[in-house]
Amino acid sequence: MNSFLDKYENTSWSDISSRIELSTREEVEAALNSDGRCGLQGFAALLSPIAGIEYLEEMAQIAHKLTMQRFGKVIRLFAPMYLSNECTNVCDYCGFSLGNKIPRKTLSIAEILKETAALRSQGFEHVLLVTGESTNKVSTDYLFEAITLLNEYFSNVSMEVQPLDQSDYQHLIKAGLHAVLVYQETYERKSYAKHHIKGKKTNFNWRLETADRLGRAGINKIGLGCLYGLTEDWRTDSFFAALHLDYLEKKYWQTSFSMSFPRIRPYEGEMSPLVDLQNRDLVQLLCAFRIFNHELELSLSTREGPALREQLLPLGITTMSAGSKTNPGGYSVSDDSLEQFSISDERSPDEVAQMLSLKGYEPVWKDWDSSYHFKSKTEPSKSTFSGESNSSDIKMVS
Amino acid sequence: MIEEVDELKISGEVFNSRLFLGTGKFQSGEILSRAVFASESQMVTVAMKRANPNAEKDSILDFLDTANVRVLPNTSGVRDAKEAIFVARMAREALGTNWLKLEIHPDPKYLMPDPIATLEATKELSKDGFVVLPYCHADPVLCKLLEEAGAAAVMPLGSPIGSNQGLESREFLRIIIEQANVPVVVDAGIGAPSQASEAMEMGASAVLVNTAIAVSPDPVIMGKAFGGAVKAGRAAHLAGLGNVSKSAHSTSPLTGFLSS
Repeated sequence: MNSFLDKYENTSWSDISSRIELSTREEVEAALNSDGRCGLQGFAALLSPIAGIEYLEEMAQIAHKLTMQRFGKVIRLFAPMYLSNECTNVCDYCGFSLGNKIPRKTLSIAEILKETAALRSQGFEHVLLVTGESTNKVSTDYLFEAITLLNEYFSNVSMEVQPLDQSDYQHLIKAGLHAVLVYQETYERKSYAKHHIKGKKTNFNWRLETADRLGRAGINKIGLGCLYGLTEDWRTDSFFAALHLDYLEKKYWQTSFSMSFPRIRPYEGEMSPLVDLQNRDLVQLLCAFRIFNHELELSLSTREGPALREQLLPLGITTMSAGSKTNPGGYSVSDDSLEQFSISDERSPDEVAQMLSLKGYEPVWKDWDSSYHFKSKTEPSKSTFSGESNSSDIKMVS
Repeated sequence: MIEEVDELKISGEVFNSRLFLGTGKFQSGEILSRAVFASESQMVTVAMKRANPNAEKDSILDFLDTANVRVLPNTSGVRDAKEAIFVARMAREALGTNWLKLEIHPDPKYLMPDPIATLEATKELSKDGFVVLPYCHADPVLCKLLEEAGAAAVMPLGSPIGSNQGLESREFLRIIIEQANVPVVVDAGIGAPSQASEAMEMGASAVLVNTAIAVSPDPVIMGKAFGGAVKAGRAAHLAGLGNVSKSAHSTSPLTGFLSS
């Protein structure tokens, strides 16, 4: 079955890299004047060093305008829920890496309900389930059970777990899975091999084709991204992410997409980022993606600090996490000893929401409803629309 | 005089305002409610995916003066007829209304309505007692088929949703308006009061506006501006616009010899 791999194999990293590096002012200006439909060629120019040096403010103005028009004065909020930090992979940048001497934990159903109660009481309606990769501890059946359960309490359930088969995704979509985030980490094979040392995650191609499997399974939304710091040439890495997006958007036209821009954070391991993506670079990236794709959801996590998060808001961000805990049970059960990485924005969800209001944005907690996944259900009685409050059910558990 | 007799009637219900508002993209519930008030709109749409009737305070529903404004739930986010029908029934249960703005867009990028699924769902929901206002392409045949399927009004688009491009579909809207037996509400793409006015001058029964008001630096004044523009356009339509002519009528280069 054909996939992005074909396109990837036929695109030369070094050609793209030099094309970006050698972009001219004329090319950047043509991209800026394209009424926001600059294509991949224009995107390459917007990623160039010259664009970053001479055109950043202009890019920011356009990105702001395009975001306002498409998304308006609203920011969607979500919280990650770490279900497990078990992992059979060895990766040199991740706190969950197999060799790390940290206590391992996979939440039981009762513990998931406690986390649910904590997140619901903070106002969250959208939740992102996160795990390491351990098929024994976190099987498709486990995920199915968790997603089914959480759809009773949240309006929108997404996940960021190991790549699965198409049939597994189809199964989980029936349970009410809305979106899957699967970052390639880096699109450069050599760097990928260097940082992913052991385990299933070493299989670059399997990971690269995950979005195709998701598209074929009919998922609502796919999240893409690079983990900045793994490869030196962040510009070319980002171009490949855009190439991937462009391919997917044309092929799986009923699916929507999001892009994230995580930078490596300190964790319980050794590796320090190979390259430090500067704030200025991050701004250029965000603006370039927005000008390239008006409708793309751009997501910003608590990896970034409060001041920067506020300044990045108007440039194209549409979605944020808040008050995140990156360890299983972090909201209700455990202390921080099991975390994947330490966050930078430690404000509570309520504080983040207040900040958004002050900045002229409506914090949107709910922008989906679990009833939209009705196909998997026999009757819709637990939906938000039904008039029954679910929160009282949860309180009994906690 | 004109205003007294010129009411918009949909499914037997009378509206004094011909401006419908969408409620997405506003920076706060307070500003939304002030903009609705300033616009004098009596019909606002609410996306069911954002509605949260059980929350302590819903960010949209709790800011609408439902004594004066009809809430029109919409099915934004659904991808096919089955999902639309399901969400319509949920909306009826949750908000206690059988009115529905039907929108089915399987394409999340440009939010283009699916004509086939929309027709199918309109048939089914009309039979089920809904007052259906379907969002659709500016396709005259589709609009007639929707009318026959029981639509209480049709809502053809002026241009892609949220694009502020105005009435790019005007030649087709003209045909739809000419042929319609139900109200025609021009929906999507109206970016300026002058464009709303143009739709009303053409004879549209009403227009729906969201982005242009919500993302304006001053949504309240912009709401008022749209309210005025819709009234002006409607009055001009009723008064009857003069014909537009590109040449001056006094000169008759081809037939002038007859009178000389």
